[in-house]
Amino acid sequence: MSERDPAALSPSVSAAEAPAERLTITVWVNGQAYTRTVPARLLLVDFLRNELGLTGTHIGCDTSTCGACTVHVDGRSVKACTMFAVQADGRAVRTVEGLAHPTEGGPGERELHPLQQAFHEAHALQCGYCTPGMLMSALYLLEHNPNPTRDEIKRAIAGNLCRCTGYHFIIDAIELAAARMRQQGDR
Amino acid sequence: MYPRAFRYQRATSVEHAVALLHQYGEEARLLAGGASLIPLMKLRLVNPSVLIDIGRLDTLAGRVWAGDRLVIGALVRHADVADDAEIAARLPLLRDVAAQIGDVQIRNMGTLGGALAETDPAGDWGPALLALGGMVHAMGPAGERTIAADDFFVDAYTTALAPDEVLVAVTFPLPAARAGSAHLKFEVRAGDFAVANCSVALTLDEAGRCATIGVGLGGVGLVPVRVVQAEALLRGEEPTPERIAEAAAAVRECTEGFDDVRGSAAYRQHLGAVLFERAMAVALRRAAGEQVGVVHV
Repeated sequence: MSERDPAALSPSVSAAEAPAERLTITVWVNGQAYTRTVPARLLLVDFLRNELGLTGTHIGCDTSTCGACTVHVDGRSVKACTMFAVQADGRAVRTVEGLAHPTEGGPGERELHPLQQAFHEAHALQCGYCTPGMLMSALYLLEHNPNPTRDEIKRAIAGNLCRCTGYHFIIDAIELAAARMRQQGDR
Repeated sequence: MYPRAFRYQRATSVEHAVALLHQYGEEARLLAGGASLIPLMKLRLVNPSVLIDIGRLDTLAGRVWAGDRLVIGALVRHADVADDAEIAARLPLLRDVAAQIGDVQIRNMGTLGGALAETDPAGDWGPALLALGGMVHAMGPAGERTIAADDFFVDAYTTALAPDEVLVAVTFPLPAARAGSAHLKFEVRAGDFAVANCSVALTLDEAGRCATIGVGLGGVGLVPVRVVQAEALLRGEEPTPERIAEAAAAVRECTEGFDDVRGSAAYRQHLGAVLFERAMAVALRRAAGEQVGVVHV
């Protein structure tokens, strides 16, 4: 936050009581509950990055345009720069950190999600800044439409900007991941 | 970017929200999905000192078919309308509107009630509400009242809602048989607000004449307008290309338009008329029983 919060030292109160500038919230992020006392105006993206250290979710435009901050809240893709952390109180948030699965290869070993693997193979990232948001939008699409057309993929990522303009490879990667995920689902 | 500090309160019922609005007056704003309000707060164009979060009032988040009407709760997300197969079949205009708002994430956050209560001049729900002759239901300290579409839009970002009223639901009348409707939007870039948009809702009689017709136009003025002149030219008439062209001229002339970065006044007026003609064509195809998906201009 750019400004020091004058209410930083006041005790927190629950949301149903008198209006408060600081509130204690519990947010389930990638399956784990986190309880923090936060300013009411704290944005969800800053809660994830600064309170929880989950810096995979990026801040690009900070104006609800670029989609770099896309996360899922209760299964819906949203822009975390345009949501207050208090709105996510009691809700389940999924971030890009929640995509890869732990494996038996040892501590810290993780298997990439099929979307991440496809982005890697199809060269769907250059600078990588938009990638977390692209992945979360692509995941939302494939959860609702496992076999999308290229046109449907384009519309699904209309809220995510890639300033390297690598859109074609991103669309290729989503098609590739969709095909693999359908095969896995068939097994 | 951060909004000014505010005090946050979560409403536990509509009555609670009304009481809080009544208590805090102009200092307070309602937070529904936040898709429009939070960007405005971050730009410090809107600076409430108390934010009343109604986003968890699940009683406002459903929709019900009630006889000859569809009632949609204020907290229904645009995405819920866009993905609703029954709405697409019975009132395709609403699906057209919802599916073209912002992008996926914004449709997942923004609500019908929030968008109407905000009333951006280039918003998409306003023309639809006018074309269908919908009604807005508001709860205030004295109870609930109904505001007709024609009375709802007052000025840019200004509606007939009182400062201590909560928009709770919107009613859309269901058309009779042989009905068609469509909403077309022109945006400069994906996810942007409309430069202009147009909603048409009509029914045809046995002879193929327009029994009822509603035309709503957005983006060309400070408020969405119902184009009664165009409606009068078509009502009771066969919608021939000549008649539609006459009505389009009425659409072009119904506002003076305005200049901004998205286009000049004359461009907006022209665009409104073109969108009207295309929306008419889609509505007539749907009235004839053809399945037509969302038309992206």
